[in-house]
Amino acid sequence: MNGVEIVLTVNGSEVSATVETQELLLDFLRERLGLTGAKRSCDVQVCGSCTVLVDGGPVSACTYLAVEAHGREVLTVEGFAQTAEFAEFEAAFVRHAALQCGYCTPGLLLTLKSLRDAGELETEEDIRHGLDGNLCRCTGYRSILEAARELAGIHG
Amino acid sequence: MIVEERLATLEVGASRPRKDAHEKLSGEAQYVGDMEMAGMLHGKVLRSPFAHARIRSIDFSAALEMEGVAAILTAADLDDIEPYYGHAIKDRPIVAIDRVRFAGEPVAAVAAVDVATAEAAVRAIEVDYEELPVLATIEQALAPDAPRLHTRRPSIGLFHGLGDLGEQEGNVCYRYVLEAGDLERTRAQAAITVEGTYTFPAIYQYAMETHATIAHYHGDGVTLWANCQHPFLVQAEIADLFGLPIGSVRIVVPYLGGGFGSKSYTKMEPLTVALARKAGRPVRIVNMVEESMVTSRRHGMTAWMRTTAAADGTLLTREVHFWLDTGAYADNGPRVTATAGDAAPGPYRFAAVDVQASCVYSNTPPAGSYRAFGATHLQWIGESQLDEVARRAGVDPLELRRRSLVLPGEPVRPDGSGKPLDADLVGDVERAAEAIGWDEPRRRWVGRGVSVGLLAAGAHPVSRASVRLCSDGLGDVYVGTTEMGQGPRTVMAQIAAEELHISSDLLRVHGADTRFTPYDRSTGASRSTTVAGLAVKRAAEAVAQRLRETAGELWDVDPEVVELVDGRACFAGEEIGFSDLIAKRFGFRGGEIVEGGEVRPSGGDTGSYAEGPHFWEVCIAGAEVEVDPDTGVVTVLRTATVADVGKAINPQLVERQDEGATLQGIGNALFEEMRFADARVANDNLLQYRVPRIADLPAAMTSIIVENADGPGPYGAKGCGEGALAAVPAAIVCALADAGVAMSELPLTPERVWRAIQEQRPTTASDHHEGRPI
Repeated sequence: MNGVEIVLTVNGSEVSATVETQELLLDFLRERLGLTGAKRSCDVQVCGSCTVLVDGGPVSACTYLAVEAHGREVLTVEGFAQTAEFAEFEAAFVRHAALQCGYCTPGLLLTLKSLRDAGELETEEDIRHGLDGNLCRCTGYRSILEAARELAGIHG
Repeated sequence: MIVEERLATLEVGASRPRKDAHEKLSGEAQYVGDMEMAGMLHGKVLRSPFAHARIRSIDFSAALEMEGVAAILTAADLDDIEPYYGHAIKDRPIVAIDRVRFAGEPVAAVAAVDVATAEAAVRAIEVDYEELPVLATIEQALAPDAPRLHTRRPSIGLFHGLGDLGEQEGNVCYRYVLEAGDLERTRAQAAITVEGTYTFPAIYQYAMETHATIAHYHGDGVTLWANCQHPFLVQAEIADLFGLPIGSVRIVVPYLGGGFGSKSYTKMEPLTVALARKAGRPVRIVNMVEESMVTSRRHGMTAWMRTTAAADGTLLTREVHFWLDTGAYADNGPRVTATAGDAAPGPYRFAAVDVQASCVYSNTPPAGSYRAFGATHLQWIGESQLDEVARRAGVDPLELRRRSLVLPGEPVRPDGSGKPLDADLVGDVERAAEAIGWDEPRRRWVGRGVSVGLLAAGAHPVSRASVRLCSDGLGDVYVGTTEMGQGPRTVMAQIAAEELHISSDLLRVHGADTRFTPYDRSTGASRSTTVAGLAVKRAAEAVAQRLRETAGELWDVDPEVVELVDGRACFAGEEIGFSDLIAKRFGFRGGEIVEGGEVRPSGGDTGSYAEGPHFWEVCIAGAEVEVDPDTGVVTVLRTATVADVGKAINPQLVERQDEGATLQGIGNALFEEMRFADARVANDNLLQYRVPRIADLPAAMTSIIVENADGPGPYGAKGCGEGALAAVPAAIVCALADAGVAMSELPLTPERVWRAIQEQRPTTASDHHEGRPI
């Protein structure tokens, strides 16, 4: 047992735990904290369904160690869903029916949020570039593009 | 969006927001991998590294001693049951018995306190294998001296549905033959003959949520939480395997993270149940992507096709011989073969056809269902031959289709059997062509294509549903349809609300729990809205009738004169809200009205495959592509798909289905391909198996909805969502040929296309636009 003490902020609350060095942030969030909004799929940082924000930037929790999150702020979809900003995202996704099975959806929302927070969600090119690491097998992306355009304030 | 003749209704025809949106957006939605049961163990599977081998021995003594390991399952634990399953052919053991037939086949499974412990224990199991000759390809499996992969007498599965299986010959597990007309004599009149051999790859469906099951074997039977598309069929198969009454097997299906056929029929459930039975505690098995890739995939295929026509393009004959690689076990191979055989001639008036189809065992991983199976296999071939006929006859390809397509009411199958055509194919393909600018001038190396096909849809027409209206004015719809993204929770609520004259906001729709939910045959074959939706409509109609009767009693009038309007019963100036009406019915504020609805084969039909299909799903698309002759890179510029749905209950969700199918179709056409190295999957991860990204979205994508109320479902509806996956790749292949590059192998990788350009260059570009405006 190679236990390491970590202290981090998850969705605004301080969490301290002893983790193994090889423990993935995804398992830490899902198994220990019961935050199952981040989904496991490809395991190789391709699909984006495990995306969470660490210090505001998107990471694939399937390839990010829990120890790396020590001292950092982690935001999962459960935390994001409590914010007023989320309501705006939800409205855009509902209006365009930009979700189907929902498995990729939390990761997509968090990626979009981080892009917008960083001022990198202004053009359609930004959207196509910024969402390149979030796969969706159901929607064909058109509706996601439309919802993202709305969130980016692109009209016409 | 083009919508024709919208019926004036309250809920039906309105693009109501998805009822599951908030749960899914906020991360509250539960999938099997998110669920924990008290005392639950985690299972991992030891899978064979060899594609074909004899198992000499298995030593798991060291693994069993590891701390945290609760149980290890091998074939030795299955002595008390008949351990072979398969809904078509019972050819598959729960875990390998003496022999493995594909790389990735389960050999043993471990249940432990956590995943890491289970994985470590799996690695500690020692298996002594004796390698056997590998049948890696269809050709090797069909060789006269090929060893037979299955020597047990084939036993028919519970849901074969294809009549007599016949004797198995060699490694062919199923044959489908369709013959009509005088082939030899008709072909002798031909002036145009187009003939070719074609290769079609295996595809990984990639439902983003992998296969996942929790099983709890207990004194009363077994309970499963499974991400299966067909819970009632899995229930019956589990009961059959473990010798339990059907009612003792309970299957609960939460949200599915995509299906696309990969979770149809029975997959990881028997192994999980067997492991839980051994462990005596609940066990959860969640596949990794590489495990799901060897759990289900689309059939690869080799095909030969010959089409003949008169000098003016009048179609004469079509012959199609094809072989599907179903891998080590049949899974849904027989039905895929039959459906592909049905789709093989295409919806055209041929004077004679000859279809010879074989489903072949090999040592590749088992293949099953993938969206629009069968139609996807053959449509791109038939449509590219049709375009070649048009080119040689000097006829516009769209015009040749106008002349040759089957018309509404005409038989679809060339032998005249089964359901006649229930769609307007000519009108549909004209719309698709218009949407991609068929008659517009175009640059060199740009091509346009349209494709038309039909998919036998609806599966067995058996569904039940129940609708409940409570005294608080809220209601529930119980229907076995699996919500895997396509939107039944929303659509079923709209149908019930329409009949109850209330808002769908007041209704909750519950997914399958076989202990409480009425029977539904399956979620697939584009059947849910059409078949289960009709059962919901009938159940809601019956509830509405009870409301009228109650109001009739109250006012002492004939129930038939009572009108239901916006949540109230009304007659001659009297009115009462449903909530109060239900309270009146029972004499206190409580009680509820619950009624059922049923769909079953009628009019003397048995619902058999030969009498079907329940409806024909159109597979119609247009595509415009550009190819870079220096690199072979194909870019899809415009696509159009047609959802000929009879009636769109929720038009936005119909469009979303076709958009999703379009992108999968672009991936299928351009780059998706499972590659095998000596029958092992060589690209078993998402780094090497590329699926479409947002960058692959074409600049213009049009989803056309056609509503002619010609379906057997509620309000004349019929299913959609699959056809575009057959039609889009075919349209892309036709468009690329129109741009000057004819292809006979998918996917259209830059290397293949570039090579074809080099080979075809002397004759391309100079004459391929003949007869068409440029």
